[in-house]
Amino acid sequence: MSSETQKILTTDGIPLEVSLKKVERRNKFKAFLLVAPLLLFLLIVYISPIIGMLFNSVDDRMVTNALPKTFIAMEKWDGKDLPSEEVFEAFYIDFQKLIEEERDGKLSTQLNYEKNGFKSIIKKLRRKSKSFEEGNYKEQIMAVHERWANVEYWRAIKRRAPAYSYSKYLKGVDMYQNESGRFVQVEEDRRIYKKLWVRTLKIAFYVTLFCFLMAYPIAHLLATLPLKYSNLLMICVLLPFWTSLLVRTASWMILLQQQGVINDFLVWIGLVADDKRLVMMYNETGTYIAMTQILLPFMVLPLYSVMKTISPSLVRAGKSLGGTPFITFWKVYFPLTIPGIGAGSLLVFILAIGYYITPELVGGASGTLISNQIAYHMKYTLDWSFASAMGLMLLTGVLAVYWVYNKLVGIDNIKLG
Amino acid sequence: MTSLKSFVKFDKVDKSYDGKILVVKDLNLDINEGEFITMLGPSGSGKTTCLMMLAGFETPTNGEIYLDSKPISRIPPHKRGIGMVFQNYALFPHLTVYENLAFPLKVRKFSKDEIDKKVDKALATVSLSGFEKRMPNQLSGGQQQRVAVARSLVFDPQLVLMDEPLGALDKNLRESMQYEIKHIHENIGVTVVYVTHDQSEALTMSSRIAVFNDGKVQQLSSPDKLYEEPVNSFVAEFIGENNTFTGEVIDISAGKCKVKLASGAEIISNPIRVKSKGEKTKVSLRPERAIIDPDEKMENKHKGKIEEIIYHGDHARVRLNLLGNKEFILKIPNSSARMDIKQGNEISVGWKSHDARALDAKSI
Ligand SMILES: Nc1ncnc2c1ncn2[C@@H]1O[C@H](COP(=O)(O)OP(=O)(O)OP(=O)(O)O)[C@@H](O)[C@H]1O
Ligand SMILES: [Mg+2]
Repeated sequence: MSSETQKILTTDGIPLEVSLKKVERRNKFKAFLLVAPLLLFLLIVYISPIIGMLFNSVDDRMVTNALPKTFIAMEKWDGKDLPSEEVFEAFYIDFQKLIEEERDGKLSTQLNYEKNGFKSIIKKLRRKSKSFEEGNYKEQIMAVHERWANVEYWRAIKRRAPAYSYSKYLKGVDMYQNESGRFVQVEEDRRIYKKLWVRTLKIAFYVTLFCFLMAYPIAHLLATLPLKYSNLLMICVLLPFWTSLLVRTASWMILLQQQGVINDFLVWIGLVADDKRLVMMYNETGTYIAMTQILLPFMVLPLYSVMKTISPSLVRAGKSLGGTPFITFWKVYFPLTIPGIGAGSLLVFILAIGYYITPELVGGASGTLISNQIAYHMKYTLDWSFASAMGLMLLTGVLAVYWVYNKLVGIDNIKLG
Repeated sequence: MTSLKSFVKFDKVDKSYDGKILVVKDLNLDINEGEFITMLGPSGSGKTTCLMMLAGFETPTNGEIYLDSKPISRIPPHKRGIGMVFQNYALFPHLTVYENLAFPLKVRKFSKDEIDKKVDKALATVSLSGFEKRMPNQLSGGQQQRVAVARSLVFDPQLVLMDEPLGALDKNLRESMQYEIKHIHENIGVTVVYVTHDQSEALTMSSRIAVFNDGKVQQLSSPDKLYEEPVNSFVAEFIGENNTFTGEVIDISAGKCKVKLASGAEIISNPIRVKSKGEKTKVSLRPERAIIDPDEKMENKHKGKIEEIIYHGDHARVRLNLLGNKEFILKIPNSSARMDIKQGNEISVGWKSHDARALDAKSI
């Protein structure tokens, strides 16, 4: 940097710094133009869906807008006993309007997410409310179905009053906010998501571990074999990349099923009795086997690229200094491969944690992961806001893994090749 | 050297990497305990390969190497107790200088105190005290090389192999390191097998020098013999400066031969590699053995024209056109301020027949 007293000028009298900046600005602008399409593309297809998802997961205006009067009337209700006549009347008016606009179906779907059993009683109310007389709505509505007289259902409605809520996130970890505003767990037999999260993490962890154990020797071979053999081996490693994921998973199904190739073989060599064929599919085992195979290249490649750079003379030096082959491996070779292990593990773990197709096809009930649950809510229950919430939780989890990794190993220690 | 026991013995060793070319051919080499042997030779002549076989990282294709009279092929590398400085240093990049040096001591289960002491001492000998905590990539090339030397010596091995350990050092540091290594060698009596490209380094440090070319030891002898009495024209041309005349033997008798050059002139030389008349030969003469204005008794006396004078500080080199050799070099001490040594002048040069060695006609 030039000081104030000694500004360096270029030959045409402009301060050096200014003209340097001018030149650089032009270069930067050109560089920016080059990446602009990619940036725009990323913004449109990556960032904006995430923002949309975030919005979707907390957006609850549908119910809020459907029952405006009801929620105003409910403000005074303490939530202990059944609400007053005022609330029932407001609800009746709101509901009539919904029927006119044919939006009652949507409301019933939404309320049913909140509490099972709403669907049928709203249908019934719709039928019966045509013949309602003016006044005393509380009695009339309660007479439609006994659940309308159950305070639990009215509490469920009130919970949907805010336009934005994080209740979906609570649901994602099997919790909800009760009347007094406390976070509590749902009943024992309805806790499914927590178990699923734990299973997802567990499977991702073990798949990473298995991949590491299998990839390390392969990568080492690849890095040390003479070129003509290592090329062949490399093709074997990369072959899965050239085959569609679906085909690979399907071939695992052929291999693993009870009447499949592996079982046939085991029976044939007499290791397994015909009536006791191994169950290797539609459970966790299937998920482990198939996912490990499919994610293996993601571990092999970073490891290989790191091992390739380790000079063989280092191992030789270790041995010449008196290190046994094991000590030399453990103290010299292994530490030098850590960047590759880190990169590979991170890659495999992050891919595994969000894996979908393979567990869907071979996982069965006990081998499916959180992403299968997300897909289920997108496709069948149509509870997109819940799916969004879980998707974001997954994303946060991945970022957390990344963060922890950065703290432990340092992201610049990573080597992808 | 007349030591009793050969400590390292290469016995008819051949080595081929690809099954097509022998990079080491029929190598026989005896190294005595406490000796400082230098392998000298052009790039690719198989020096590193020899060290690798000795250290156990390459196996001889044929033949056997004996260490302390035991065939070495049965001893795994880590049990040979051979210190080694690799051509590319091979410092462990993830360990500090201290940890690098402590590695061989730790695997030998030395106590922490002993390790500290030995590491301190080793670093002091290569004048790198205070660098313990540096990582190898925070050192200059020369410093890395010195760490590698220190690491190869820190566990007091009986045999140290050094593959161009001083290649990256400047002249001063190189000389002081040569002195250190020599010093260590003399003090602890370690046997050293040393590889270098630097002739003067080889000549000053070694007890014996093995000149390699083409996978073969061309000559193995003490530095003075190597310089004064090269046994073939490769060695003569590879070591030191050398004037050569190519010609044919026309007469040979006890201790003398007459060589006829292409220019028609005849010179009397010392038949080393020629045995009979009609053989082609290259006559080799060291520049300092040629004398200006020789007296009448000198067997060889010829006139040459001065082509160029190159000033070298303490001496000058004079390039002559002599008997058809335009590259004939003479060395003249700076003190002899002779007026007639000027470009274009003719001077008379002579030498003893004993100093003109008639060698084989092969060229490098
Ligand atoms: N691993 C290898 N595979 C195949 N050929 C090799 C291998 N290592 C060395 N060679 C060949 O063997 C010959 C001798 O190599 P070597 O490394 O011993 O030479 P050097 O004398 O040490 O040379 P420099 O002085 O350049 O280090 C060379 O021609 C080289 O190409
Ligand atoms: Mg070499």
